[in-house]
Amino acid sequence: MNADMIVASIIASLPEIIVISCACLLLLVSLIPARGRMVLFSGISLAVVAAAAIATYVLAGPVRPAYGGMFVVDGFAVFFKAVVLMVTALVILISPKYLEEENIERGEYFVLLLFALAGMMIMTSAIDLVSIYLGLELMALSVYVLTGFVRHDSRSNEAALKYVILGALSSAIFLYGVSLVYGLAGTTQLSELAITLNRDGPLDPLLILATVFMVTGLVFKVGAVPLHMWVPDVYEGAPTTITAFISVGPKAAAFAIILRIFPDALIGVADIWGPVIAVIAVLTLTLGSFVALVQTNIKRMLAYSSIAHVGFALLGLVAGGHDGIASVMLYFLIYAFMNLGIFGAIVMMRKGDFSGENIEDYAGLAKSHPGLALLTLIFLFSLAGIPPTAGFFAKFYILTALVAQGYVVLAVIAVLLSAVAAYFYLRIVMLMYMKEQARSFDLALTPSLRVALAVAGLGTVGIGLLPAWFLDMARGAVFPGIG
Amino acid sequence: MMKIPVLSLIIFLPAIGAAILPFLRSDNKVRWVALAFAVADFLLATWLLFNFDTTTYAMQFRETVSWVPSLGISYALGVDGISVLFVFLTALLGWICVLASWRAITRRVAQFMISLLVMQALMLGVFCALDLFLFYFFWEAMLIPMYLIIGVWGGDNRVYAAFKFFLYTLVGSVLFLVGILVLYFHGGETFDILVLMDGDYSFIVQAWVFLAFLVAFAVKVPMVPVHTWLPDAHVEAPTAGSIVLAGVLLKMGAYGFLRFSLPMLPEASQYFALPVLALSVIAIVYGGFLALAQDDLKKLVAYSSVSHMGFVTLGLFALNSRGLEGSILQMFNHGITTGALFLFVGLIYERTHTRRIGDYGGLMKVAPVYGVLLAVFTLSSLAVPGTNAFIGELLILTGAFATNMMIGAIAVTGAVLSAAYLLGMFRKVALGPPVYEKGEAMWDMNGRELVAAIPLAVFVFWVGFYPQPFLDVMHVSVEHLLEQVQGTYR
Repeated sequence: MNADMIVASIIASLPEIIVISCACLLLLVSLIPARGRMVLFSGISLAVVAAAAIATYVLAGPVRPAYGGMFVVDGFAVFFKAVVLMVTALVILISPKYLEEENIERGEYFVLLLFALAGMMIMTSAIDLVSIYLGLELMALSVYVLTGFVRHDSRSNEAALKYVILGALSSAIFLYGVSLVYGLAGTTQLSELAITLNRDGPLDPLLILATVFMVTGLVFKVGAVPLHMWVPDVYEGAPTTITAFISVGPKAAAFAIILRIFPDALIGVADIWGPVIAVIAVLTLTLGSFVALVQTNIKRMLAYSSIAHVGFALLGLVAGGHDGIASVMLYFLIYAFMNLGIFGAIVMMRKGDFSGENIEDYAGLAKSHPGLALLTLIFLFSLAGIPPTAGFFAKFYILTALVAQGYVVLAVIAVLLSAVAAYFYLRIVMLMYMKEQARSFDLALTPSLRVALAVAGLGTVGIGLLPAWFLDMARGAVFPGIG
Repeated sequence: MMKIPVLSLIIFLPAIGAAILPFLRSDNKVRWVALAFAVADFLLATWLLFNFDTTTYAMQFRETVSWVPSLGISYALGVDGISVLFVFLTALLGWICVLASWRAITRRVAQFMISLLVMQALMLGVFCALDLFLFYFFWEAMLIPMYLIIGVWGGDNRVYAAFKFFLYTLVGSVLFLVGILVLYFHGGETFDILVLMDGDYSFIVQAWVFLAFLVAFAVKVPMVPVHTWLPDAHVEAPTAGSIVLAGVLLKMGAYGFLRFSLPMLPEASQYFALPVLALSVIAIVYGGFLALAQDDLKKLVAYSSVSHMGFVTLGLFALNSRGLEGSILQMFNHGITTGALFLFVGLIYERTHTRRIGDYGGLMKVAPVYGVLLAVFTLSSLAVPGTNAFIGELLILTGAFATNMMIGAIAVTGAVLSAAYLLGMFRKVALGPPVYEKGEAMWDMNGRELVAAIPLAVFVFWVGFYPQPFLDVMHVSVEHLLEQVQGTYR
């Protein structure tokens, strides 16, 4: 590796370097005690995210391989980086007031958030199983701590403990699969793997085992059935802002990995993971849709809702091909807007002694706050996939990819289950609009939360009405070599 | 020459109105502005009807703007002799709905009028869309305002009815969506309805897509056995909601058959014609018997809708020109007549707050104008000669007899049944000794109510005595449709 390559590598990973070094500096700053620090920290974090976003934007365009085939900046990476950067920015926006309400105003919160962001960004660019694992763990370790951030709340502690133990287990399983693959192929680079494993001839049983291990590890990370058990508990226990973060960011990043590994590097063994993923997708969609029906805590309900959405996104992976991958990418972009929007609506309910986590707490919101209720209604109908919202187009595009590949039966199952899922989103709309309010609403609305809600609302409606540009972005960002 | 996008204007005018309403402070202003937009929209639709060229089946007033080019989706609008009638009907019922809600809606008036106007925009969009994606977009988006109209401003059991309406329709629609996608990939990756009509699909594709479409349209029509959402939705919805439901929403299912199933899937339509005809006569007779047993005015009218919409699907799948023209005319008639009946139920409900038939009597003496107009619409609903429905049902029945004697014969009994329940209802409500004295609880129609009711009565007699202009509008388009259905049947 000569000096030029090192410089090129540093340039390619500039956004990650910015985030990590600024996070380290912020860690030092957070030791200085001062009143009203949260606003300052959130401002600095936001600036860091903005700087990383600008760097990402400037670097977009040419494909930049870096670190000797460990890392790449291509359209695919840039697309997912845009998603995770936006998610982090929105989470930062909804955080300060909430931290105050929960009495957890500590600077480490933002530092950890930035480290998690760096991990996710590495995940989106990683093209080597080792760098993938590196990014995954950096993200996961930060998120474990953030989950348990409400130290005085036993639910938060329990959630963090569950998350750590199960997360470590799944990481180990994934790593075991990686080691098997390395033993078989003699390389951990995805591009080399694709060549080595695409040989004709009988399949190596060890390869099957390795694939199953890797699928298992990643299925856990995205919270798909049968490894979804951690999702509701973690969602419920974690601080709401972190739940919002977990529900989109790490999942999008994990899907970036999945999309790089399965339809590309492991395409030679598609016969193994294809049917497995299809079954997992249907089970995930079914379980998520049905179990969400009976939830009374909105965070738990959204946990199952996110399980259902992951199932839907996995269907895009099953469809495969250029459109299949693009459909998953678009799905996560849209999901980021609508899901952070609805979590913003939950965060604003949290004030004083009132948790606002009960679904019934939304009764009568439309009467006192018609504008906010309308915004929440848009997020909910988007999650349910009803036009003119973006959620409809996200589902529509995945269905298009499915039908194009001839998976009509899967498409029928998917739409019927999404009709089931519509019920629990509708229930909240019903409470907001059709019930009398039980208590007067005292909302924790700050200007930054309003901005976050507005951005999410704009994204949800805007992509729904004018999807063409975003669709072409996703299609153009699919890495080459996919038919 | 810069062409004025008339159809876009018709669609978006109510939406613009809806966008203005939140900024108005008093409820009265909201009502007047909503009325102004609805009336302006109606005038535009009338202009459209008068400038419509009845000599061609081609789509007119076309607009095409690329929307999502990489998937072949465009914002394409246009009307032919079939859809132009429904655009007119929707615009007509639009301002009548605003008038019907003038005093009936007192809570959250602005939000109600916004829902109503958005609903109208979306319904007009459905009838104008020439792109399947756009059609589905409007079709599905309609669920949101309708859900709110029923659920927020409805009766005691409104939440249940709103959920039932939403979920029933959604389940039907999502299968429709998969059907659309299958058609999309077999028809050359385009959502252009006119291109898809020319596609040549294998029978097996046609059959599956037909069944997927059938579920969606059958729920919307509604056909037996998926009609059970209708009585709940009608009974619980506010008057304007019932008028929209009966007047326009139910037509959309039948319109779907006309626009998609018949021309795009001709072989499957012929293949499945008999089962659909059978379901239609079951709806006619079963709906009639159900209506006979009702004690609630709205439920009675709702079940009569099931029965009358059975006539519509019967005419459609008779697959001859009489049946088709009769059906389209009958859809228009049903919108007028049933819309009027719901309006009239709403008018006395506003006064007495009861819908039980047994609670009424002798309205003719207390409110003679109301009684006479009610008689007009009741007779129209049971298809007395000289009223609009007579022409429609006559055409449908002759069409049905030409296709299948047996089916036609059973359908005629439905007409007898409708005489029984409608006349029975009228006798109990309007004749006999008056239950309410003139005064606090009951008074005759006022000016606003008359303005809403008279135009509907005009159409009852106009179509009843001189239906030719209406048949002329649709004739060429229907002939073309028949060619599409039969031309490919080899």
